[in-house]
Amino acid sequence: MTTDIKEMERRFQEKIDSGLKIEAKEWMPENYRKQLIRMISQHAHSEIVGMLPEGNWITRAPSLRRKAVLLAKVQDEAGHGLYLYSAAETLGIDRQTMINQLLEGKAKYSSIFNYPTLSWADIGAIGWLVDGAAIVNQTMLARGSYGPYSRAMVRICKEESFHNRQGYEIIYGLANGSPEQKQMAQDALNRWWWPSIQMLGPSDAQSKNSEETMRWKIKVESNDTVRQRFIDRTVPQAHAAGLSIPDPDLKFNEESGHWEIGEIEWTEFYQVIKGHGPCNHKRMQARQKAENEGKWVREAAAAYAKKQKSRQQIAA
Amino acid sequence: MNTKDENDQGLLWEVFVQAKPGIPHKHAGSVHAHDAEMALASARDVYTRRREGTSIWVIPSHMITATTEADSESFFDPADDKAYRHPTFYTVPEGVKYL
Ligand SMILES: [Fe+2]
Ligand SMILES: [Fe+2]
Ligand SMILES: [Fe+2]
Repeated sequence: MTTDIKEMERRFQEKIDSGLKIEAKEWMPENYRKQLIRMISQHAHSEIVGMLPEGNWITRAPSLRRKAVLLAKVQDEAGHGLYLYSAAETLGIDRQTMINQLLEGKAKYSSIFNYPTLSWADIGAIGWLVDGAAIVNQTMLARGSYGPYSRAMVRICKEESFHNRQGYEIIYGLANGSPEQKQMAQDALNRWWWPSIQMLGPSDAQSKNSEETMRWKIKVESNDTVRQRFIDRTVPQAHAAGLSIPDPDLKFNEESGHWEIGEIEWTEFYQVIKGHGPCNHKRMQARQKAENEGKWVREAAAAYAKKQKSRQQIAA
Repeated sequence: MNTKDENDQGLLWEVFVQAKPGIPHKHAGSVHAHDAEMALASARDVYTRRREGTSIWVIPSHMITATTEADSESFFDPADDKAYRHPTFYTVPEGVKYL
């Protein structure tokens, strides 16, 4: 059966327009596959690298409760990375290839994880702001057209709300503590606010590929729409904690019902993406170290499986 | 996909989780593992950290045979014209109950 590519594309688009999900083994345009592999693998890398700034505080969490919570949160992020690598694998790339791309510095991950966690309040700020921004973005992605990615997003979003709340709990607690603690919370907000705003991607005016991405429902809303939703949710949360958003131009527009922010400093964002953030080098070193130090474990597991298999064959 | 020993990621396994007793196992996702025991342990850690399951099945992905999109139209079409397999096909006389 030979159907020409135009006809296949038309049917594909029709399926997407009618709200059907695309599944792994179905026909899809090469560029759809490519864009998704890039996006899902970047997302997977972000979950994995994202464990590093928080992992930094596991041994120094201020109480056993906080420590247990942070461990569970970081473990969830490892899980998210694994769901996402699997979702990408359904598109025909294997996990080792993706891991190699990350280790060789060829793959991107979220720019936000290249910032350092200087105080305990940063752990609060990450859960509140970074996971908060991730939730808004991922809830949008869950409505996307690729079945395995969308299902992974649904699962991830369920887990993210705990991440978001535990972060806000830390920030709220500090903000209502001693003056020094309140200062720590404000300082963390000052440093994490703009990177969280930027992490939702370039503004619509600058972002390439968006027409095709939207038509194929790889994304169903633009970066600016998602960003605005995050801002509208988060500003009142900051105020409820008695903290102020580090933006002199921030104002509430009575007419539209939206919080309007000042100019975003994109130069910094692109610098960090290009590898010039405060921690890019450190993050890659940590991943490299984990890869090397885990190697003997993977080799031992493979050797054990092989031995068991040959024993079974002898017994049979 | 990963049936060879070319990298040390192990085989790819599909994971099916039963959320509570009495209901069917449902596909949850996949894991990498070198053997079945490791696949089960890893499936537990990856897919049931919040008591999402009472039972897990794992199977190497390459062992699954599935219909393909291209075949599926003709494959499922014997069911298309047999509306009489559904109760709504039949008219029930007025006033007759429990049918
Ligand atoms: Fe996550
Ligand atoms: Fe995420
Ligand atoms: Fe998270």
